[in-house]
Amino acid sequence: MERQQDYAVEVEDLTVAYDAKPVLWDIDLKIPKGKLMAVVGPNGAGKTTLIKAMLGLLKPVTGAVRFLDGNDDIRTLKNRIGYVPQSGSVDWDFPATVQDVVLMGCYGKLGWIRRPGKPDVELAIQMLAKVGMQEYASRQISQLSGGQQQRVFLARALAQEAEVYFMDEPFKGVDAQTERAIVALLKELKEQNKTVVVVHHDLQTVPDYFDWVTLINLRVVACGPVEEVFHENNLKKTYQSSGTFLRGVM
Amino acid sequence: MAPQIEIQIIAVIVAVACALPGTFLVLRKMSMMSDSITHTILLGIVLAFFGTHDLSSPLLIVGAALMGVVTVWLTELLSRTRLLAEDAAIGVVFPLLFSIAIILITRYAGSVHLDTDSVLLGELAFAPFDRMIIGGVDMGAKAIYTTGILLLINLAVIIIFFKELKIATFDPMLAAVLGFSPALVHYGLMTLVSLTTVGAFQAVGSVLVVAFMIGPPVTAYLLTDDLKRMLILSGIIGVVNGILGYQAAAMLDVSIAGSMAVVTGLVFFLVFVFAPHRGLIRSLLRRRNQKLEFAKATLLFHLSNHENSAEENAEAGIDTIKTHLHWTGEFTSKIIKSLVREDCVQLSGCLVKLTPEGRYAIMRNYITLFSR
Repeated sequence: MERQQDYAVEVEDLTVAYDAKPVLWDIDLKIPKGKLMAVVGPNGAGKTTLIKAMLGLLKPVTGAVRFLDGNDDIRTLKNRIGYVPQSGSVDWDFPATVQDVVLMGCYGKLGWIRRPGKPDVELAIQMLAKVGMQEYASRQISQLSGGQQQRVFLARALAQEAEVYFMDEPFKGVDAQTERAIVALLKELKEQNKTVVVVHHDLQTVPDYFDWVTLINLRVVACGPVEEVFHENNLKKTYQSSGTFLRGVM
Repeated sequence: MAPQIEIQIIAVIVAVACALPGTFLVLRKMSMMSDSITHTILLGIVLAFFGTHDLSSPLLIVGAALMGVVTVWLTELLSRTRLLAEDAAIGVVFPLLFSIAIILITRYAGSVHLDTDSVLLGELAFAPFDRMIIGGVDMGAKAIYTTGILLLINLAVIIIFFKELKIATFDPMLAAVLGFSPALVHYGLMTLVSLTTVGAFQAVGSVLVVAFMIGPPVTAYLLTDDLKRMLILSGIIGVVNGILGYQAAAMLDVSIAGSMAVVTGLVFFLVFVFAPHRGLIRSLLRRRNQKLEFAKATLLFHLSNHENSAEENAEAGIDTIKTHLHWTGEFTSKIIKSLVREDCVQLSGCLVKLTPEGRYAIMRNYITLFSR
């Protein structure tokens, strides 16, 4: 038997459905530790659903998700899992400053009731500096551009000081400067042997930014090192409409 | 203590107690839920009364608080089916539960003092008649103590769980990942709203409870960008509304609760129009300015596009620009004049020509518009 420690995340027979319509069908995935993995697939392929199911935000119909050392309860792992949701998923008119939002990354370590203290604020500022936003710390979040919002979310995830990160389309709608900042950050996380799972749209940049890739469209088409599985044949299979699925069965 | 003072003390306490959970209702876009809860808790009170046959039993408060949570749960159950929207779900659940309560009261409890009018409008003027007497000593109006306890509970909960309320309101997904159950926070807040409603509506009526819960927070939201300040400001605005409302009622000899609700609305309206950053006047001015600035930038780009080209005469003439940009003559000359004043263009013959300053302005505009 393989040693489970080698994997950051293992997904087994995961099926997620909205009512009777499956969005993910029998997903098996093994994500090795220390990899930068892109999740690629057409619109509606279930990329965001996969991330949410892995994080336990959605209840699967079947299957299980295991983290790090075989623990399948995300609640006991909450300080080791970082999450960057799509920036459009929150209300940016919420009365808070950039620093307030980044500090939320520290909440998991604090647990219920305890408040963030000086070391947490220092950590938040440090993480803001990493995404090039330290001078924005006291800025209102409603005044940020799309790229800046995304960087604030990244800084917040960094403040979680997690081992495995899930990012839902961090490159969506960002400017070139933010894109470079995110890429530099991904490389830095990899150097620290962290695992990062990124929902990604731009096929062109997959080989430059990532070393591992999962191609999905309802089912997993391929999952492995970019140089082995990211080729035209697999991409065709992923982006072709329903034909893929049936061909796989018959 | 004079009854006038006592009435104002009660109003001030209720105003602050309502503003605290109300702030989170507003931020969660659930303002109308407070309207629903303030009415449906009557059913909880009636049902609990049938069990205890005692109008002063604390079980009535428990029943009301439970009914508030049931209201939220039922509404969300309906809207989660996606067969109807959340506002429609409120419109179904709230009249249904409230009407059942009214029918039960009129049919079975007519002789009891559960007066539907005083439930809706409250009777703050009568609050001082109900005294708190300990060992034969008059300690003041009872409502001061009941609403005071309520205020302490709300203050304590919001201070203790400030962090949790903040994250579960701003980003429920992250809250869930970090182990702060958004559902727990949600129903906790709803329990607090129900409790507040029960405690407050006996003194001031449900319409004023809604006014106190929603009015001050939306007013404060126009004035600040900070959650803590929004909470404090909501409380202060609620206090001002309560006292001004009482003074107006005393002067005009009208319903106290009605007057306070009207003042709440007026204060909101004043802030809405005159607020320094988010007010109506300010944002109209800003929009007008933006329109002018954008028109100036557009004209500069247009001039630069056609500069020294064959069609410059047609595109950049003082009298031809308006036809090409589809502007009115008046607007065009206003923009040209303002650009001349800024040294960005100069008039040479019948042509509008860019100056070096104008070219520099184009670069600046380009940078601010296209590289964030």
